[in-house]
Amino acid sequence: MNFPHRHLLGIEQLGREEIVTVLDLARKFREVLDRPIPVVPALRGKTVVNLFFEPSTRTATSFNLAAGRLSCHCVNFALAASSAKKGESLLDTCRNIEAMRVDGIVVRHPLAGAPHFLARHLKAFVVNAGDGCHEHPTQALLDAFTLRERFGDLPGLKVLIVGDVAHSRVARSSILCLTRLGAQVSVCGPPTLIPAGIEALGCDVFYRLDRILYEVNVVNMLRLQAERMVAGMLPSAREYRQLYGLTRERLAGLDPATVILHPGPVNWGVEMDYDVAELPQALIMNQVKNGVAVRMAVLYLLAGGQEEAA
Amino acid sequence: MSRILFAAGRVVDPNARTARRLDVLVEDGRIAAVGPRLGPVPGAERLDCRNCFVAPGFLDLHCHLREPGREEAETIASGARAALMSGFTQVCAMPNTDPPIDSEALVRFVSRRAEEAGFARVLPVGCCTKGRQGKELAEIGAMRSAGAVAFSDDGTWIEDAGLMRRVLEYAKTFDAVVMTHCELAALATGTANEGMVATRLGLRGSPWPAEAAAAARDVMLAELTGSRLHVCHVSCAATVDVIRWARARGVQVTAETCPHYLVLTDSALETFDSNLRVNPPLRTEADRRALLAAVADGTIDCLATDHAPHPAEAKAVEFDSAPPGIIGFETAFSLFYESLVLKKQVTLPGLVARLCAAPARVLNLPVPEIAEGAEANLVVIDPEAKWFFDRSRVLSLSRNSPFLGRTMHGRVRAVMLGTRLVSPLGA
Repeated sequence: MNFPHRHLLGIEQLGREEIVTVLDLARKFREVLDRPIPVVPALRGKTVVNLFFEPSTRTATSFNLAAGRLSCHCVNFALAASSAKKGESLLDTCRNIEAMRVDGIVVRHPLAGAPHFLARHLKAFVVNAGDGCHEHPTQALLDAFTLRERFGDLPGLKVLIVGDVAHSRVARSSILCLTRLGAQVSVCGPPTLIPAGIEALGCDVFYRLDRILYEVNVVNMLRLQAERMVAGMLPSAREYRQLYGLTRERLAGLDPATVILHPGPVNWGVEMDYDVAELPQALIMNQVKNGVAVRMAVLYLLAGGQEEAA
Repeated sequence: MSRILFAAGRVVDPNARTARRLDVLVEDGRIAAVGPRLGPVPGAERLDCRNCFVAPGFLDLHCHLREPGREEAETIASGARAALMSGFTQVCAMPNTDPPIDSEALVRFVSRRAEEAGFARVLPVGCCTKGRQGKELAEIGAMRSAGAVAFSDDGTWIEDAGLMRRVLEYAKTFDAVVMTHCELAALATGTANEGMVATRLGLRGSPWPAEAAAAARDVMLAELTGSRLHVCHVSCAATVDVIRWARARGVQVTAETCPHYLVLTDSALETFDSNLRVNPPLRTEADRRALLAAVADGTIDCLATDHAPHPAEAKAVEFDSAPPGIIGFETAFSLFYESLVLKKQVTLPGLVARLCAAPARVLNLPVPEIAEGAEANLVVIDPEAKWFFDRSRVLSLSRNSPFLGRTMHGRVRAVMLGTRLVSPLGA
């Protein structure tokens, strides 16, 4: 299989072929998930640790389930980064965990580059489950998986990412992943939330949602954190909704074929009105389901699973 | 009597920026004779300098020796030793220690520690404000008489413009230069240069106006007060323009940049190596080129190390959590030599001028000379030498350098200060 990597640190390191390898394998695992007993013995005897320095429900659970369905032992380890800072350093924590004989570490951390730092110092494989505002590769892969499921091939597909691109690891990984698969990616948001030089990743930038929304096949709405208002980057959630929200009014004009994605958890009434939840073109729950299959593929490739066992 | 003959080296005159092949005879720590072919000197140890330059010892305007307070990172003795072995016979110790050097007693403490150690001469820099808090004037007069050579709140900018004005005015009485660390805190909220690279890596960015706008305010205040201002660690093109503009208006402003800004750009951050975290941050290739040009044309008249040691445990963390700083003494000459002399930006005597004569002028100190009767204060530079910078070559107590594992060009082969002769690489 074409996946010559010891770690999954970001989409940055993956070529098109390697992304396709993960997605194709994920398709096989997606079938496993529909079996009456959705478990295969592919990683029996392996152990991974979910090390989350930031709160997470779906990503941690998704990795946990993915490991379980591969018969891989999975231990959850949730820490507040702040308390870790006071006591043990990240490296010490991980060396201690590694000393208990684990094969891989799935890490989420509030600081960019933390998984890269660990990968340099540990023997275990490292999966980046989100590092600061940098990357969230498995989210990008599951988005790509979901879009492939719906559209088949991605070349020519027009994808728009809306919202707080500056603080979004999902946006960075998605731009890289989708452009490598041939999609045409644009981002849209207020200039205070669009980071300098984002075009260099291969996307177009829009500041007015209505100029681009109706021309795309896919719209990926990002979560708006309340902290952005506190930090003075936006005047109010209300104005944000009016300018960048997927409101009832905008939905009325949207082509029913336009797919809506959201990495979750949704701030209903801010980036999207609740009406979206009812729409058949909103694939948010498919994303969640596909996430398990994609993470199974990633763990399988990194932990060196047995092909026939899948 | 100890006699050492530095034979047939090209002796650099940093004022004229020339070099002539001469013998230099040192007797008991003083230069006894300089001339072509002094002939065999009975009883003298002969150092063959035929392929080398002999130059006055370097003066570093900017280093952190960490004592008092952070002796696990560096001490005055270890830092002064690393400096001397690397060609710096005099170094300015920045006062952002714990406690900060903001009183006469602390200035004397730094000098005494350095004298006890007996390596490079340590020139204490005093704080501009009490406790380096940026709120009240420190006792600049008392510190000046105790031996402080300059004043700085390095590590932070003096945000209060009214206070900075008073610092500049007050320092004038004592003919003391004020060294400013230019950084607008409200803009400098990141750990990397704001731009394409920081965006891609998800690192918080600090944009260039954080430095250049701070420098612009300070040169205007220097003009208003008629005081002398020195701009520390210039990292971006816009600050160069600010300095150029101020000079054209007759402002007494000098400036320094450091090896890492001439050699590296933010594109190096890809690895998230915490040894690349430095303040101000590494900028873009356009900035790097502007700095090289500014050093070449003299807009940036001085070269400094900003030697900033941190122990391994402080740097063995995530990029954003690491304290900023790079150790600088060991690699400074080679990196300047590579980026400036080998790249034909300045001549070797021109480089020496920026490492000793110009910094001495900033402090209003005599420029060290290689002339009969002068104290021995000289370095022997081997421009052809190639050497590998690994951990065994680190002289500082700390090893936080992104240059470990790099092959270096040009090196300081020997240093003589007074009666003490040292050979850095044991060569």
